[in-house]
Amino acid sequence: MQLVIKRTRRKQRTPVRSDRRRGLKLTSVLLCYLLSLLGLTACGDNENNVVSGNRQQILHWGNGTEPQELDPHIVTGVPEHHIITALLEGLVLKDPQTLEPIPGVAERWVISDDGLVYTFHLRDNARWSNGDPVTAEDFVWSWWRALQPALGNQYAYMYYAIKNAEAYAQGKIKDFDQVGAVALDERTLQVTLANPTPYFLQLLDHYSMFPVHRPTIEKFGEPAERGTRWTRAGNFVGNGAFVLKLWSLNKVVIVEKNSGYWDSDNVKLNSIYFYPTENVSTEERMFRAGQLHVTGSIPADKIAVYKKERPEDLRIAPYLGTYFYRFNTTVPHLSDPRVRRALAMTINRKQIVERVTKGGQLPAYTYTPPDTLGYTARDGFSFDPEAARALLAEAGYPDGDGFPQTEILYNTSEGHRKLAVAIQQMWKKNLNIDVILNNQDWKVYLDNVDNGHYQIARAGWIGDYVDPNTFLDMWVSNGGNNRTGWANSDYDTLVLKQSPTAPSRDARYQAFKEAEATLLAEMPILPIYFYTRNNLVRPSVKGMPANLLDYTLYKNIYLQAALPEQVE
Amino acid sequence: MGRFILQRLLQAIPVLLVVITATFFLVRAAPGGPFSAEKAVPPEVLKALEERYQLNQPVLNQYFSYLGDLAHGDLGPSFRFPGRSVNEMIFAGLPTTAELGLYALLISMLLGTTAGVVAALKPNTAQDYIPMSTAMIGICLPSFLLGPLLMLVFGIWLEWVPVSGWGNIPGDKILPALTLASGYTAYVARLSRGGMLEVMSQDYIRTARAKGLPEWVVVIKHGLRGGLIPVVAFAGPAFAGLLSGSFVVETIFQIPGLGRFYVQAAFNRDYTMIMGTTVFFAALIILFNLLSDILAVWLNPKLRQQYSSHSG
Repeated sequence: MQLVIKRTRRKQRTPVRSDRRRGLKLTSVLLCYLLSLLGLTACGDNENNVVSGNRQQILHWGNGTEPQELDPHIVTGVPEHHIITALLEGLVLKDPQTLEPIPGVAERWVISDDGLVYTFHLRDNARWSNGDPVTAEDFVWSWWRALQPALGNQYAYMYYAIKNAEAYAQGKIKDFDQVGAVALDERTLQVTLANPTPYFLQLLDHYSMFPVHRPTIEKFGEPAERGTRWTRAGNFVGNGAFVLKLWSLNKVVIVEKNSGYWDSDNVKLNSIYFYPTENVSTEERMFRAGQLHVTGSIPADKIAVYKKERPEDLRIAPYLGTYFYRFNTTVPHLSDPRVRRALAMTINRKQIVERVTKGGQLPAYTYTPPDTLGYTARDGFSFDPEAARALLAEAGYPDGDGFPQTEILYNTSEGHRKLAVAIQQMWKKNLNIDVILNNQDWKVYLDNVDNGHYQIARAGWIGDYVDPNTFLDMWVSNGGNNRTGWANSDYDTLVLKQSPTAPSRDARYQAFKEAEATLLAEMPILPIYFYTRNNLVRPSVKGMPANLLDYTLYKNIYLQAALPEQVE
Repeated sequence: MGRFILQRLLQAIPVLLVVITATFFLVRAAPGGPFSAEKAVPPEVLKALEERYQLNQPVLNQYFSYLGDLAHGDLGPSFRFPGRSVNEMIFAGLPTTAELGLYALLISMLLGTTAGVVAALKPNTAQDYIPMSTAMIGICLPSFLLGPLLMLVFGIWLEWVPVSGWGNIPGDKILPALTLASGYTAYVARLSRGGMLEVMSQDYIRTARAKGLPEWVVVIKHGLRGGLIPVVAFAGPAFAGLLSGSFVVETIFQIPGLGRFYVQAAFNRDYTMIMGTTVFFAALIILFNLLSDILAVWLNPKLRQQYSSHSG
């Protein structure tokens, strides 16, 4: 038997070997295939984006999310803003250092003495990227388009400073000729305002007021049609410092220097790559691996690490925004201003910014951030647990006795949760009251706040422009962004009547100060801190100063590595 | 066989209809609309938007008009991305997701079966325990942990591969494919070990051994064929799962695939996009289950006979 087996084995040997060989060959072919598919074989010591970008003046930019659209009259977000401001240009730009208006398409402008009529003189070398001149009529037509309700422009209200623009948008006026925007000739645009609006020039640099190229839009659809193909790469005609080269969905948007731009001699970058970097942790790793020059943000727990190890990459800058809680003033126990003030006075904001948020934020004792275009409101309250307990007792809850169960609502986020937990503990310690926390998905949260289904809700507000008005006009009675149920006729008069017609900036700010004092005395909102804008920027990125609005003027940016940049 | 396939395809229609109906009404029942935003939307604008997307009509009208469009293969415009149709977005994301899924499937099949077979050869020894406990770790380690871990080690410390992207930089497909494959590799390893153990105790294996064949020929030629049937049966659903379940990996590695759209759509209440991706994935899962059933029938002589005699 054994002999037989041995013989059989011997007989088997040859086919076995060829089997093995065949098997090996198959395996190696498969492996090679797999590896080449994965691109491993191409893996060598390639330079990273930052190094090659520095050499070729290509900026790699972490842009948060995929842009919704690139139509300036449809979009609403910051990522879209970043791309659109590279592709299109309004009448004026801002100096990124001072945020003062500087000439854009308009080379100069004249403001009438009453502050109501603005006459813009357009430069004659302003061109669309297809070579057409940018005319005053382009602006009038673009603004007409932006106000068409069918377009669904959520930023239409940016136009409401212009005479009759609001009535036109709401359909109360049918004739656009009654709206205060007229092309006097090809190069002169006259704008008439409803009220003197000191921040009007700033609005002109918002993408919702950018011009669009009429023939291009009409080529791809109706003027007020949403989502036609005019914004695609190859179709897009803009007047900005860059032109759209590629828009690869969820991957990258590439813009290239526009040689026909009126100031192209001063544009140093050859190209900008905008990446949709939704996941902030991945974005930070991309930055560390040299794939990005600039990130959109930084994970909060990484701030301390960067402060210690790579402070040159970390940028912490004041930002025109306030983090606050809304009170639902229609809830019985929160309808008493004494209760709201007591709650506000027992939050130790210094501790919060130093130990919880840890991103250089400033404690907020007013709603409008300090020094907003020279406006600083008086502190409306202070951290004073003693006085707060007295107020709460006065309101009928001595030592927190009988204080109804109260809930803080916030949209799901680790940062909001940590802050809410800290506040929960401070209120327990200082007022002996219990609050519960409730987190909800963003849209659910918005829905509940909008419908008043909350008691205390977390909120944030970023100014649209640098002026106290962007913070204070939201609290007028029944204002769309009020959502607290709070209404005060004195406040309305100050913000809606007195400030727009005030003869001087001082008088105007005085009206705002009075309004803000009223707001803080009654406290429908509870300011917590003023935002900072925290992100990562490679030291080789020059000409990009930090400012309150996180405003970037791409044409000023250039890349210059002192030494070959290290990845780690 | 033809009747079997036809029967299964007909069964798929009511299943899809249930999926469509449930999703359609559930997304509309969720609080918060597609156009709600932190900054209040002026009422006249909201009205125009709702008209544009027919949200001002009764829900039943919306439902039937959606079904009508769907029958023509039109999944509607995306609410979130005004310039894109859902069809366009699905076809933009699908190739990437499919490529990623394919690599992950290949990796998991190759590594998984090898590990499973190796383990099954010497059950209850170190040769079994080591690959199987590694597999257990693979099952337990979620991709949102494994992904960043791999990025840290191979992308940042060793600098061998990029940490994100897809087809931008050479080598950027390696980590996502490995991350996505890990759980499936482990599962395949366990399946093939089980299958092999069962087969290796069968009579015909004893016969093969008795013939005097070297052990590895027995394993590869006689053992694998039967031992891998459970793996083959798993491959279809696994591929469907890899396609529909890649959103975590796609998000971590910034991959422009379909999974990311799916998740974003849910957060944005992009009704048509949620519907489109759900219907698409449902159809895909049904299709791959069918394919794997067909393959299983084809591999299993007993079933093959049964169906051919039925149809014959």
